[in-house]
Amino acid sequence: MLLAQIQFEQRKGDTCESENGFCPSWIGDNFERYVDPFWQHVFLTVTAVVLGFVIAFALALLAHRKRWLIPPISVTSQVLYGIPSVALFLLLLPATGRGNTTALIALVSYTLVFVFVNVSTGLDGVPEDSIDAARGMGLTENQLLWRVEVPLALPEIFAGLRIATTTTVGLAALAFFAGAGGLGEPIYRDIGFKSNVAVAGGLCVLLAAVLDLAILHAQRMLTPWRRATP
Amino acid sequence: MSPPNTDSEEGSVSGGNVAATLEFREATKRYPGQDEPAVDHLSLEVPAGEICVFVGPSGCGKTTAMRMVNRMIDITEGDILLDGTSVRERRPAELRRQIGYAIQQIGLFPHLTIADNIATVPKLLGWPKDRIDSRVDELLELVSLDPHETRSRYPAQLSGGQRQRVGVARALAVDPPLMLMDEPFGAIDPINRERLQNEFLRLQQEIRKTVVFVTHDIDEAIKMGDKIAVLQKGGTLAQFASPAELLAYPKGKFVEDFVGADRALKRLALQRVRDVDLWKAPLAREGEPVQGLRAKISDADIDIPLLVDDAGRPQGWLSKRAMSGERVTKDLRSPAHPVVELDDILRDALSDLLESEAQYGPVVDEHGRVQGVLSLEVLAHALQIPPDQVPSGADAAPAH
Repeated sequence: MLLAQIQFEQRKGDTCESENGFCPSWIGDNFERYVDPFWQHVFLTVTAVVLGFVIAFALALLAHRKRWLIPPISVTSQVLYGIPSVALFLLLLPATGRGNTTALIALVSYTLVFVFVNVSTGLDGVPEDSIDAARGMGLTENQLLWRVEVPLALPEIFAGLRIATTTTVGLAALAFFAGAGGLGEPIYRDIGFKSNVAVAGGLCVLLAAVLDLAILHAQRMLTPWRRATP
Repeated sequence: MSPPNTDSEEGSVSGGNVAATLEFREATKRYPGQDEPAVDHLSLEVPAGEICVFVGPSGCGKTTAMRMVNRMIDITEGDILLDGTSVRERRPAELRRQIGYAIQQIGLFPHLTIADNIATVPKLLGWPKDRIDSRVDELLELVSLDPHETRSRYPAQLSGGQRQRVGVARALAVDPPLMLMDEPFGAIDPINRERLQNEFLRLQQEIRKTVVFVTHDIDEAIKMGDKIAVLQKGGTLAQFASPAELLAYPKGKFVEDFVGADRALKRLALQRVRDVDLWKAPLAREGEPVQGLRAKISDADIDIPLLVDDAGRPQGWLSKRAMSGERVTKDLRSPAHPVVELDDILRDALSDLLESEAQYGPVVDEHGRVQGVLSLEVLAHALQIPPDQVPSGADAAPAH
């Protein structure tokens, strides 16, 4: 493999790199090799979270009106979450082959449980008196849902979205098992090299933090009433 | 279907003055699996512009009866007519937008500002923004809240009493011809509760809506209602009468027990001092000829002269010695205490008299001038006034 040879070449000799240490100069020279995996990681995370959110949100809205759907959906999403991630990536390979599709199927299935449970909890937590007043004033069931229930469930919904996102950033580091790249690939190729792990791992942490802050910011913008103090 | 004539009452709270008649016709609610109906063949009529209170112990079906009006609960048998039209023929959401709805828990939307809360139904009806804005301000003023201070706040930033006022304003937003109020002041402390009741009665003097008001509290029912429907377990109507009639002639043991043993006192709470025939008192001024005063005494209902100052304000009851000379001197046998005001309700006036160990006391108008004397005898006589001559609901609220 070409990549491995280059790596080997660069790291011969009596240097920081050859001792697998933490080498700022090496990081500076080789940072470029992390750019593609990073954007792959971003793509996998964002796509998986968006798809997972849409699916789980729709399921939660459905189950909010048809309560009998709640147990089967929760159990299914929990079972999916319970499957060890590496196993799921590998299990899917024969069916969907290597690549983004396989990785995304696995990543999406892990987000479902957080979003579904939190949207359901949020919708169930809307004060009964607000719902009664809304119906009593003549809101239709759809108006009730979009103007009262969903806005009031937003804090819970965002909480679920944040957990789903940070979890997905972590799990996407295993997506290379399915051949979808991501920051996991450099990490596991040379896991003994501190500089490598520090950069790739650091980028994962940074991505998780940035996405989390972005969602938190969006939540604050969309729920101004939560900051209203008497 | 186009929104109801929303243009006709533009920019006015009292001007529209639309009120609907409401009629229950054998309205019945049965829940599957329950032997007793929740509401059993309820029939009654509420004239336009009157407050009808549904009162009774818990489980008597009063809230169920109210919620059948806007179809929050569907009618099993019978019918409810709003301005002669069956509510069963109306689409629930469209029907509800024309009926004001205020509940005990208020149900303000925590995520919307006060202005947006009040604008809920106007927005559903597609009012233009500037009309909504001016209506919101008008309503806030109507319920004694400062629009500038309140408009953009959230419900969590208001006190319980303020939230309750917003709830009433929101229910009134499109000037609905009918209001449903389910224990609207139930969750408020007694002092603010009384204030809100008085405020609502004053508001009602102005807007004259048809109101269905649900409460478990007989005192609130007596205070708020033009008519009271007493319901008992099983959802049957025990009595439908004006407050005074209910207190004077309770029908059967259930109503008698429900209105309480102190119903004579409760009747006194319905009337104000200005409503009864006061005694005429001989009024004396310092320095006036005793001769003339004696003539006034023989003409009055009480033989003890009441000394007043130049402005006609009571100074005290005169002693015999004050009239022993040519002219009246300021020699008092007792102070003018208690002083009762024309606007006081009779029960409070009676309480004042009892507290001062007095048989009678001077009554003054809003300027403090003596208008007559209220005595225990006058109070006892007030209970003989026929119930149909006793004002109720908004008409019994303090004059302004």
